[in-house]
Amino acid sequence: MIPASFDYHQPKSLSEAVDLLQRHGEAAKVLSGGQSLLPLLKLRLGSAAHLVDIGRIPGLEYIKEEGDVLKIGGRTREAELERSDLVRKKYPILADTAAVIADPLVRNMATVGGNLAHGDPANDHPATMLALGAEVVATGPKGARTIPIAKFFTGLFQTALTHDEILTEIRIPAPPARSGGAYVKLERKVGDFATAAAAAQVTLGAGGEVSRAGIALTNAGPMPILAEAAGEFLRGKKPDAAAIGQAARLASQAASPSPDRRGSVEYKREMARVLTARALAKAVARTQGA
Amino acid sequence: MAKHSISVTVNGASQGAQVESRLLLVHFLRENLRLTGTHIGCDTTHCGACTVLLDGVPVKSCTVLAVQADGRDVQTVEGLEKDGKLDPIQEGFYQEHGLQCGYCTPGMMMTGCALLKSNPDPSESEIRQAISGNLCRCTGYVNIVKAVQHAAAAARAR
Repeated sequence: MIPASFDYHQPKSLSEAVDLLQRHGEAAKVLSGGQSLLPLLKLRLGSAAHLVDIGRIPGLEYIKEEGDVLKIGGRTREAELERSDLVRKKYPILADTAAVIADPLVRNMATVGGNLAHGDPANDHPATMLALGAEVVATGPKGARTIPIAKFFTGLFQTALTHDEILTEIRIPAPPARSGGAYVKLERKVGDFATAAAAAQVTLGAGGEVSRAGIALTNAGPMPILAEAAGEFLRGKKPDAAAIGQAARLASQAASPSPDRRGSVEYKREMARVLTARALAKAVARTQGA
Repeated sequence: MAKHSISVTVNGASQGAQVESRLLLVHFLRENLRLTGTHIGCDTTHCGACTVLLDGVPVKSCTVLAVQADGRDVQTVEGLEKDGKLDPIQEGFYQEHGLQCGYCTPGMMMTGCALLKSNPDPSESEIRQAISGNLCRCTGYVNIVKAVQHAAAAARAR
């Protein structure tokens, strides 16, 4: 399959890239790893008259802690996230996520920023970033602005990014002591989108009660879902089996999946419940190791 | 639409061409350079038949534009054999019957080759994970894993 014709631009700096996006307006798309965009163009499910490839712009691939914030460059490859010792040790929810995105070959190209900016509710990073309470940095003609992840996804394949903005960084608050996180995904085969998946990031207080629980779902509706009621329910409670079970039920009530070859609405909602419970149990177990 | 002048090092030799923006790397290899060892299977980023090494890293060449490879290094299955001698990964597939129909084989070998460079002594589970983006529809995975193990042992013995 061959995509429809387009013009390709290879800016060497962010400002040059933003200029190109401004000049070509809605007709331009940002090409990052291309692992979602190029298949869409080939299948002609999407079109773009101009591709602005950010692949040659220096300084967009990094994973570093600054103060109490983890900063991930927008073009950081999923494979780098998967390999990072810092991520494995301190942000296991991100390591869990990177390891189940598509397949290893795709992860060598695919980028964290692209996974978010694509706005696909079936992508895996949106749920983990919602659970972590991340922010994204959007760089446009007026400079950079930060967008809380809870306000980032605005519809199916739609985000708060304007057409002339590039997602340049993801910022994640460093987890306090007694924190743990996990991402659990059910997929039919390696490389498939989730039948259902759940992200959970938990922080416990000194007495072992939950002080914060971020819970989010992948592919459970037209947008990634932050299960706020489920997280709120856990606050102040000991995360025992009964509390986790009730939080998981609340999370599954927040799901509004569509039926497809991966399963019926009932099945997917039930899987959202089961996976939320598993993600929470794993996250709580990991609070001990932190 | 403007054409782009690109120069890609393919199996050690510099290859220049004028290409359309939309030309995929796999088509550049197969049609411009007539290197048809790299196969097109699903054409939708699933099967890995088109796997090549881009700057040493295995990627699906049906999901990379030729212009993205400008100035970079590409290795295909044709570059494995050196001076009439099979690469250990090729020898492994030969000795362990790592192929039946052969369609996935070039992609499997490129992925295997990259794995052994970063991990000369992979476990069975590591091999299976590494090739999880390469599909074999003969389902000959058992012998493919043995082939990679054979290559790893041979490379270590050198």
